[in-house]
Amino acid sequence: MHAFDYIRAERVDDVLAALADPNTKCLAGGTNLLDLMKAYVEQPERLVDITHLPLHQIEALPEGGMRIGALVPNSDLANDATVRARYPLLAQALVAGASPQLRNMATVGGNLLQRTRCHYFTDIGFSACNKRDPGSGCAAREGSNRIHAILGASDQCIATHPSDMCVALAALDAVVEARSASGVRQIPMDGFHRLPGTTPQRDTELRHDELITAVLLPASPFAERSRYLKVRDRASYEFALVSVAAGLDMQGDTVRDARIVLGGVAHRPWRAKAAERALVGRVLDNTALAAAATAATEGAHPYRDNAFKVTLAQRAVARALREASRA
Amino acid sequence: MNATSLTSKGAARRRFLCGTGALTTGIAASACIHVGDATAAPAKAAAIAQAPGAPVPVRLRVNGHDYDLQLEPRVTLLDALREYIGLTGTKKGCDRGQCGACTVLVNDRRINSCLALAIAHAGDRIRTVEGLAGAAALHPVQAAFIAHDGFQCGYCTSGQICSAVAMLAEARGDTISAATADVRRKGPVELTDAEIRERMSGNLCRCGAYVGIVAAVRDAAEQV
Repeated sequence: MHAFDYIRAERVDDVLAALADPNTKCLAGGTNLLDLMKAYVEQPERLVDITHLPLHQIEALPEGGMRIGALVPNSDLANDATVRARYPLLAQALVAGASPQLRNMATVGGNLLQRTRCHYFTDIGFSACNKRDPGSGCAAREGSNRIHAILGASDQCIATHPSDMCVALAALDAVVEARSASGVRQIPMDGFHRLPGTTPQRDTELRHDELITAVLLPASPFAERSRYLKVRDRASYEFALVSVAAGLDMQGDTVRDARIVLGGVAHRPWRAKAAERALVGRVLDNTALAAAATAATEGAHPYRDNAFKVTLAQRAVARALREASRA
Repeated sequence: MNATSLTSKGAARRRFLCGTGALTTGIAASACIHVGDATAAPAKAAAIAQAPGAPVPVRLRVNGHDYDLQLEPRVTLLDALREYIGLTGTKKGCDRGQCGACTVLVNDRRINSCLALAIAHAGDRIRTVEGLAGAAALHPVQAAFIAHDGFQCGYCTSGQICSAVAMLAEARGDTISAATADVRRKGPVELTDAEIRERMSGNLCRCGAYVGIVAAVRDAAEQV
């Protein structure tokens, strides 16, 4: 890891001032940033330790939603009594991610800004990576791409977003609150993470001069019947090959509305709107589940090693929906 | 070295390693100086060094003792413990947050010390495997690992033990895991083998001593 300066910030304004420097990065849990710094993928000249900022609150809002401070550790959020009661989908997604040690360190804001685990991005021994070095190419397209995207990729980048938490947040219509010197703005999860397109170096819509201060969760009709299903190469402590956040709003046996978001298949949490539409107004029988499963991978484009993800995603969608209906 | 040494032999080994570290890595002997009282001059963690990334004073509180160190900001908590303080019980496995060998307790929570900066933990209560045992007896988790043969080569063991100590406290606090059937259900955690395996999944054992590890944790859960 290269040498860098370290400052500990006590106030949000101090962080915003420090972020005027493009070579300064925020340090929260450090579980992804320090790892990437050890790999020389990230080489900031200065770290601002933001862990002492007053952004650790989890608040249950009177109208049924929640406001979650950006520095709440993943483990605390998963175990918050209100999250477990109102948003079991989020609690399930959080404990599906990483390890207990890493969840104690990793924060909500940091989890939103996680970078891909594409082997070609995290190893500077590979020269071609448009995300790490724009214009250098994409080694994954013709390389070992078993873990890579099947949806929404571009010829510039086929990396996936690694987070479990973000998949659940997308299904719950969460909103990211960010502050900069020019004020506060709210970015819906639907528009927070980007597709790679021609600028895969940009994972999210967050600007360098902005600091995530909170995540807002609205009251959700999908909270009661929901399920986070994660499929991976080993039983625990592994990133998803495919994951599904499924939520159902039921009227008797009939689906009033549904949320289906896939993880591990795209550069961002992948909202399967066609699959959701395929369920509305229908009884959740095997025919409806099959229709939703097929619709979920509409437009899929697998690469040499990851065609299995298409079938896997379809089956995971059907199973997550069935389990959500029984929750 | 301090009251937490289990035997005089253990203490001697630690002193030897500390001295060896200073010799072989060229670290100044002062890096091993142990400041036992709270009256020493306060060290400020927040500092902007003269040269980029230059060493700055950092005071770490480890196993109840204060250590005044000069550390570059890039020094991880793991390296500070092993190379600067001489507490080599905490192991460096992958050094990338993928194995758990470096697990320590910070403010009673288990973390990977390889992905933590030492400077960021100035002011925190750090507990390593050397700080678990009492003056007269091993910690129940340590004793259970011996009783159940919860290791082969032993390299992952201090991380496993620190992790298990925190895990048992988490379970007593009714926390959920990926093995929890219904996260909405409140109440005591039943530490089934599936729960133990999931809750200990942040610690890998390349020897595959998992059967003994699970048995040790199950046994310790009844004693702690």
